[in-house]
Amino acid sequence: MNLEKAQPVQEIQTPSHPEIKAHTKRNPLAIFKKMGKSWELYLFLLPTLLYFVIFKYVPMYGLQIAFKDFIAVDGIWGSPWVGFDHFQRFFQSYKFWDLLKNSLLINTYQLIFAFPLPIIFALMLNQVTHTRFKKLVQTVTYAPHFISVVVLVGMILLFLSPSSGFVNNFIQLFGGEPIYFMGSESWFKSVYVGSEIWQTTGWSAIIYIAALTSIDPNLHEAAIVDGASKFQRVLHIDLPGIMPVIMIMWILQIGHFVTLGYQKILLMQNDLNIGSSEVIQTYVYKSGILNSQFSYAAAIGLFENAINFILLIMMNQFAKKMKQQSLF
Amino acid sequence: MTNLARVARTKNDKLFDFFNYGILTIILLIVLYPLYLIIISSISDPLAVTAGKVVFWPKGFTLKGYEILLENKDVWRGYRNSLLYVVLSVAIGVSLTISAGYALSRKELVGRNFFMFAIVFTMFFSGGLIPSYLLIQQLHMMNTIWAVVIPSAVSAYNLIVTRTFFQTSIPDELLEAAKIDGCSTTRFFFSIVLPLSMPIIAVMALFTAVGEWNSYFPALIYLQDQALYPLQLILRSILVASRDAAQVTDGAIDPDVIAEQQQYKELIKYSLIIVSSIPVLILYPFLQRYFVKGVMIGSIKG
Repeated sequence: MNLEKAQPVQEIQTPSHPEIKAHTKRNPLAIFKKMGKSWELYLFLLPTLLYFVIFKYVPMYGLQIAFKDFIAVDGIWGSPWVGFDHFQRFFQSYKFWDLLKNSLLINTYQLIFAFPLPIIFALMLNQVTHTRFKKLVQTVTYAPHFISVVVLVGMILLFLSPSSGFVNNFIQLFGGEPIYFMGSESWFKSVYVGSEIWQTTGWSAIIYIAALTSIDPNLHEAAIVDGASKFQRVLHIDLPGIMPVIMIMWILQIGHFVTLGYQKILLMQNDLNIGSSEVIQTYVYKSGILNSQFSYAAAIGLFENAINFILLIMMNQFAKKMKQQSLF
Repeated sequence: MTNLARVARTKNDKLFDFFNYGILTIILLIVLYPLYLIIISSISDPLAVTAGKVVFWPKGFTLKGYEILLENKDVWRGYRNSLLYVVLSVAIGVSLTISAGYALSRKELVGRNFFMFAIVFTMFFSGGLIPSYLLIQQLHMMNTIWAVVIPSAVSAYNLIVTRTFFQTSIPDELLEAAKIDGCSTTRFFFSIVLPLSMPIIAVMALFTAVGEWNSYFPALIYLQDQALYPLQLILRSILVASRDAAQVTDGAIDPDVIAEQQQYKELIKYSLIIVSSIPVLILYPFLQRYFVKGVMIGSIKG
């Protein structure tokens, strides 16, 4: 019944690789022998391994066209090298700063507003003792996760329509002027992040709810004896207890920092909000696939990918330094 | 927990509970209302919907929206295509994920950490849109159903979840016992592991199925032939591009049909949202615990 018991929660989450050490000491012949013994397992693995090589690693190899001038007849191999020309062209293009700004802003809003909500939601739900109410809330809030992006954007368009949407009807009911949400640059990011919150908060909370169940009830018991209120216990026992999971989710989120949600953004775009809604990924789609500037678009994609990767590594190192959870 | 809570219920805690339940109820309503509104709008008089009179219950009951959709060939074909793509991607995805997940869970697989790293790495760094697009071109998969089925069938995340499941639920002793009885790895997998892994198969099938049913982007970039369009692309043209249902495909169109559809344009959208979500809506209440289980297994190792 003491606070030290919180430690095991953290240890469970930390992956360990004892088998790495075991392997390095063996001599090569024994390893081959062992591999031969488990040839069936390699057969099980082979199709999926091929899948990953073809559909994940070949495209990575294909990224070299970002440094070439892709000519369809010559293929990826035969096209001439041009170095960093495409990158330079992108950095100097008048669109560059707008794209970067939009991408960073949307994702910053996402991190500030959409990231903490599932955590708070899970902490609140964890305090609910009525099982049926809890089940009801869970069932309802998980449901939007299963709605497709197309349907979600369709719903946004219907509900936010200035002439017939229920949101504007509501605003008018209170004497306000109808707002053309989708036709304004200033509203776009709020609508995007707001709908994201509506769709994902419940589902994203699952992982925190799971983590909360592994917190030692003795801690709560001891805290109650010491006269801690519910709110204090949430703040000082539950929240620190799931901190490792929060850290991991944070790192993962950062790792997709610039990429998130371009398929939804693409659907939400129109001529009126394009100044605020064009992000790096949607621009890659337009310049690459619609306008066939493959090399240029691949360079932009690589630039974006590199930012993501660097941010991920940085966050991971940071987490390690803080003696918190890290991915690797 | 309930016992403890009863013992130490101070005034503060009551206040906390009041706000906690209050806020959760508000959240519940915020999530529920848009879904409810779609349902009641889809069976209401379109004029009442546009005028904002449909708020709590349907007004001027009509099934016209559904009737028009029933006659729409594009929607039906999209539906059929989507079902086919779902079945194919589940078959491919699940068999690849389960077999590889199993192999990666076994300690005698030399180099499994290397394989695992190679797979996890793809979650954080990828070739991106353009090289993948060119790959599909080179493989001559452009404008075929395989372009929308295969590249998205297996995911690194699912593979990690599956491996974790096998690691935690198939004890080593079971394998040892089977080996002593002269059971081969393959036979062990098919006659002992598979029957024990129905939960994970269900989870993977569901994840893959929902993902495939809901995706539109691969179809948008890889398919040109409208006869191959999945439902989500049909939805996109009606819901998002706001094209009339009849104009999705070219060809001779009855002017009467157009006039009718103009009138029911909004109604069709509401009905279409319901129709396209039906498979998931029906499955969801029964399968919710499987989905949740999938996320939970995944959380064991980050």
